[in-house]
Amino acid sequence: MGSPLTNIVGPMQNAPLYPMMNWLPIASDFEGELRTAVASEKQSVGLEKLASLATHRLGFLETIQLDRALNRLNVKGAAGFVPVRLAVLASSTVDHLSPAMRVAGLRRRLLIDVHSGRYGQYRQDLLDPTSSLHQFAPEAVLLSLTSQEAISTVSITATAAEVDETVAKFVGELRWFWRKAREIGNGVVIQQTFVDVTESFFGSFDRFVPGAPAQVVARLNDRLCEAAAQDGVFLLDIGRASQRDGIDAWFDAARWLQGKFEIAPQAAPLYGEMVTRILAAQRGLSKKCLVLDLDNTLWGGVIGDDGLEGIILGSGSAVGEAHLALQRYAKRLKERGVILAVCSKNDARIAEAVFQDHPEMHLRRSDIAAFVANWGDKAENLKAIASRLNIGVDSLVFVDDSPVERERIRQSLPMVAVPELPQDVAQYVRCLADAGYFEAVAFTSEDRDRARQYAENAEREALFESAQSLDEFLCALKMSVVFGPFTSIEQTRVVQLINKTNQFNTTARRYTPEEITSLMSRSDVVTLQFRLLDRIGDNGLVSAMIARPTPEHGDVLEIESWVMSCRVFGRQLEFEAMNIAVEVARQQGIRALIGNYVPTSKNGVISGLFPSLGFVEVDQAGFANAATTRWALDLSKYVPRNSHIVRVGVGQ
Amino acid sequence: MRTDEILATCTWILRGLLFDDSIVLTMETRREDIPNWDSFNYISFIVAVEIKFAVKFKIADVESFENVGAIVRELMEMVR
Repeated sequence: MGSPLTNIVGPMQNAPLYPMMNWLPIASDFEGELRTAVASEKQSVGLEKLASLATHRLGFLETIQLDRALNRLNVKGAAGFVPVRLAVLASSTVDHLSPAMRVAGLRRRLLIDVHSGRYGQYRQDLLDPTSSLHQFAPEAVLLSLTSQEAISTVSITATAAEVDETVAKFVGELRWFWRKAREIGNGVVIQQTFVDVTESFFGSFDRFVPGAPAQVVARLNDRLCEAAAQDGVFLLDIGRASQRDGIDAWFDAARWLQGKFEIAPQAAPLYGEMVTRILAAQRGLSKKCLVLDLDNTLWGGVIGDDGLEGIILGSGSAVGEAHLALQRYAKRLKERGVILAVCSKNDARIAEAVFQDHPEMHLRRSDIAAFVANWGDKAENLKAIASRLNIGVDSLVFVDDSPVERERIRQSLPMVAVPELPQDVAQYVRCLADAGYFEAVAFTSEDRDRARQYAENAEREALFESAQSLDEFLCALKMSVVFGPFTSIEQTRVVQLINKTNQFNTTARRYTPEEITSLMSRSDVVTLQFRLLDRIGDNGLVSAMIARPTPEHGDVLEIESWVMSCRVFGRQLEFEAMNIAVEVARQQGIRALIGNYVPTSKNGVISGLFPSLGFVEVDQAGFANAATTRWALDLSKYVPRNSHIVRVGVGQ
Repeated sequence: MRTDEILATCTWILRGLLFDDSIVLTMETRREDIPNWDSFNYISFIVAVEIKFAVKFKIADVESFENVGAIVRELMEMVR
């Protein structure tokens, strides 16, 4: 080692940069646990161990090791894991991204089978129906293209119009790829945004020069995003990530020259993480609720000890500003539809008083849908929060500054996401944001309204408490339903509802927007959507049903999907919905309804749904999931169910 | 850092990368001596070594390392 000065300008200067995944905890004994997993006698035990290991912070090498261990286990399918076939089409080398995608998938209990197209052969692969891509039959197609092709054809002297023309042509071709990919990929297409690896030619003046490569990339990305929004293509925003982490963390000229790697290998773990966030979001597996600790998380200090005047919050102190920044971030999340909850070891009255009385509090008590402050075990409290909000425990993110509480939750409730908050409160927001727990693939009016709906639910709860019986409560709610076939106006919400609903979901079948569109155009397919209103407010579009004639009998309708938001459980909407479905079916000359119940790890709540509606079990045969039960309802014998819901009309 | 320490670290990295604990590297080991150490895994190895030692190799060197010893000697230079 030389003098301190040489350390500054010396070797470290050349150290490779890479994106950090700081929200994940560090494994205590990575190699030991990896060995134990591989040595497991039972494949399922080994897989669980690897899935657990995957929830830790893994670097480039650890990611590859875990993937090799997974490969060694040779798992084809496993209970509690969702298989996904993902094809990656690229104009650069992407083989190094596959391990990271599989490992990040494991983190979300997705078993991803990655098919990497031949480098630069994506056009042929898309076109040729005999290509390995077509045979692979992917459920999602990811396009990872470099901007090189587009840039190389634009002269630096090009006018704005010329640049636009080239960009339009390039994006036009992309849209054609998307259409092809959609036909192959079951409708799910993910397009990676372009990474700006260009150099400056004029300095800051580049911004005024349409033909400057950086400007061309920016233009490309603008047009790409517009087109993707129109075409219902998901974006994988590596362009943004590379700006955030710094281009040197994502692109390494040496790797490009050595093997046409556009994504630097050391960025692979985060690349995989970002891809699987989208795959998970599309399957309704994103988190739904942010559970916040109070002392030293939402504010500095301990309210029970320091009192209202003693806690650190707001202007006047950097620490106070940092806690306030976390509150502001949480409030924005709430506005985009994330549910907020509090879980704190505190006296409830003292804790709630801060929300009412502290002048610097940004979050209000009314922003918090479930507020739990007591001296009990936080794991039990988290379960109570999930149950009160009618969501799964695995939909929770738990933010707590205490390493002890975090460890306790990770041990007892491994399905809860627990970000490894950094030591410095200045980094709390960034850590939470980087973790990407609330990745979305849509932003609907339901999302915008969710906060209001949860506030109204609190009113409903109060009404329930004051009622003498469930019947009296339901009667007092004065519920009404608006129903009708799916409409194009509300189609985005219908798709979101079907794909995000896990509990009241008879078959767990997922649909792309295109599939829904094509169902809507068919006269033999019955689609029904239900909006539930009551005297407190509009619960929104909360249920959807799709039924189509069976191949054998044109007058028998099979319910291939029926979902209902957990927000309206226990309101008898399933009864009224079935009354409506039966009437609609009768009008079409249908004599019987068939319902299938495909058990998943999450829909146990409706295991008795069909018998409760008068369906009788029939012989099942040939189901992929052997636990599936099949139920039939003879419409001539159907007795309408009683409910407290009146019909106010048919949706447009 | 001593030569044998660097060699041991390189061995540890390659064992992890190829998921093969039987790998033994010496200063004379060449890529073709190790099963599955193809050009793709060679780049992966270089990346892992760079991260571990917080260094960057010159592409000219990466192209011309004739054996493990050459890599170790270059690392000795860089982490000195």
